[in-house]
Amino acid sequence: MTATPHIAEAQPPAFPHRHLLAIEGLSAAEITRVLDLADNYVEQNRQPNKKGDLLRGRTIVNLFFENSTRTRTSFELAAKRMGADVINMSVASSSVKKGETLIDTAMTLNAMHLDVLVVRHPESGAPKLLSEKVNCAVINAGDGQHEHPTQGLLDALTIRRRVGRLQGLTVTICGDILHSRVARSNIHLLNIMGAHVRVVAPPTLLPSAIERLGVEVHHSMKTGLADADIVMMLRLQSERMQGQYVPSIREYFHFFGLDYEKLKVAKPHALIMHPGPMNRGVEIDSEVADDINRSVILDQVELGVAVRMACLDLLTAQRRSEAAR
Amino acid sequence: MTRRTAYVNARLLDPASGLDARGGLLVEGSKIADFGPGLFNGGVPPDVEVVDLNGQCLAPGLVDMRVSVGEPGEEHKETILTASKAAAAGGVTAMVALPNTEPVIDDVAGLEFIARRAREVKLVKVFAYAAVTQGLKGSELTEIGLLAEAGAVAFTDGIQAVADPLTMRRALSYAKTFDRLIIQHPEEPRLASGVMNAGEIATRLGLSGITAAAEVIMIERDLRLVELTGGRLHIAHVSTAMGVDVIRQAKKRGIKVTCDTAPAYFALTEMDVGDYRTFAKVSPPLRTEMDRRAIVQGLADGTIDAIASDHIPQDQDSKRVPFAQAAFGIIGLETLLPLTLELMHKGEISLMRALACLTCQPAGILGLPLGRLAKGAAADLVVFDPDRLWKIDVDAFLSKSKNSPFDGRPATGIATRTVVDGRTVFWRGM
Repeated sequence: MTATPHIAEAQPPAFPHRHLLAIEGLSAAEITRVLDLADNYVEQNRQPNKKGDLLRGRTIVNLFFENSTRTRTSFELAAKRMGADVINMSVASSSVKKGETLIDTAMTLNAMHLDVLVVRHPESGAPKLLSEKVNCAVINAGDGQHEHPTQGLLDALTIRRRVGRLQGLTVTICGDILHSRVARSNIHLLNIMGAHVRVVAPPTLLPSAIERLGVEVHHSMKTGLADADIVMMLRLQSERMQGQYVPSIREYFHFFGLDYEKLKVAKPHALIMHPGPMNRGVEIDSEVADDINRSVILDQVELGVAVRMACLDLLTAQRRSEAAR
Repeated sequence: MTRRTAYVNARLLDPASGLDARGGLLVEGSKIADFGPGLFNGGVPPDVEVVDLNGQCLAPGLVDMRVSVGEPGEEHKETILTASKAAAAGGVTAMVALPNTEPVIDDVAGLEFIARRAREVKLVKVFAYAAVTQGLKGSELTEIGLLAEAGAVAFTDGIQAVADPLTMRRALSYAKTFDRLIIQHPEEPRLASGVMNAGEIATRLGLSGITAAAEVIMIERDLRLVELTGGRLHIAHVSTAMGVDVIRQAKKRGIKVTCDTAPAYFALTEMDVGDYRTFAKVSPPLRTEMDRRAIVQGLADGTIDAIASDHIPQDQDSKRVPFAQAAFGIIGLETLLPLTLELMHKGEISLMRALACLTCQPAGILGLPLGRLAKGAAADLVVFDPDRLWKIDVDAFLSKSKNSPFDGRPATGIATRTVVDGRTVFWRGM
């Protein structure tokens, strides 16, 4: 069982943040703390009895303004395995569509004495806005094109468990960087942890001044994937493939879709990652996606639960130690 | 008998003539009767009210060419009464209302409504622009001639650009008949669909960016249309270094064009968006430090002719939302003078240049007989203490909306008395 990270009075807390809104702003030590704790939860999740009671009596709300089966399920499972009570609220069934503002929603939820609010929202910065209005911890489960910090952490854990480290690795992120919060969280995290980060995309799918985030920019898979240790593919949404950002799926796959041919220039055992859901035949060839020796896509899903348990643990540590006193 | 007021011990400042001297000014009724260094050397006549300014500055009242007054249609954000109070508190004696209202000011009835409300409120002078295109839809021209006769001081689609080049060409051409100015919001809308300046900060925040090119492309296009039509163009709120540069070159080539900027563009940068501060969301967006410096340079060298408050009130519900959904705009009437004086205190521009951008220059661009100290001119005056230290406190502002990113900013210099047509409409204690 996991040891609760109890906080000694004199020592600064290992994770001195009330909320988890972004990777940007975290230190290497704080990220390492999350990943170490998540390693413990991986073990718990592989036991026949997966349920702990660290968060017994705690209330966690998953507030999703965007559909997401996998992230919501992952957070729900994480909370339930720690013994918390979980409520899922999705936008279709909430009053947001009736004109209630984000702030009203926050104040309403706040009155229900939550411990953690997990928020996904189509607008960048929405979780930050909510965090200013509520007393509970807020976890950003993806906001617009800003960040998806738990995805960044679970990707880091996946790499660390497979390769043993993050420091010094060359990680290539390919695809729709412009619209990707996953890319931003990963770029920040990998830079903080000392990896070399490259991005590969046509310029129409790159945000301006992306190089200022500390990445090497490539427009060709051949140079971008050369000697890469890790290849992260991003999802390209179908409405962006019809001539707006790229001329066609066929053309996109030809130049930027990952297949064995393009992968040849990467390191021989380079790992393939994808945050899901995949568009097979658009950004990734099915054979590559299903290659059990290379693809760690299902590891990512498994480790996602553990990482979210670690985040819930750390963000409730303060309250739990206060309650214990 | 006509009421007479003597302002004594004043530092008289008139940017139009370059006058900067200690002296006095006599108001008779609604007009300036006389002024000058030695005016009251022989003493003030007995039947005259005396206002001792103790060395404070006395200048023409500010002429603000860009104000959203909230009426008609958005009275929960601002009204002509609250905007007038805010103007008076800011030393603004004349303001021009934007036509982006509900309904749009695109007919004579709309202009008459503004004029009537201004008469009822009777604090500062309120002028109005009329829309260039009907309903601000960007296609059909408004009745420019009739609207000009009814008092529209110029024509603009206000917070949005006249995007269609053919419509803009015809507007510039047709307005020439009545010697009227077209004021353009310089932004190519297809390139300006974002919510803040494009660049590293927008990328970090995951917000869609507006490239500086969106501004300069529209400015360049319109300058070509001015050359083609001989129309009169004024470019509103220039925000980019490229924009300033293109206008500077155009003026050198002899093209008749004027432009203004707003304090946000010389007092703030995109960094002020910080962690999604919606009060720093403004159109055009706050730009880089390099752009900010170019705006200051443009003000110093005369490329930029005027400073307008670009007063766009927004209520809490419009701003307390995720950044991309928040409305654009900053209130500016009560910070126009102190933020402009900030440039003077930093040594970027002279006091006279600063005042010119706030008084005679905007008045001249709009053809209004305001913004100067002259015998027989309307006694529209501002008294200000250029050195008074204070802290900008939005809660103390008279504007109905409080959307200012300048709240808490230390300021130097403040209006202490505002006079419109000889009547003191605002007075601030020491």
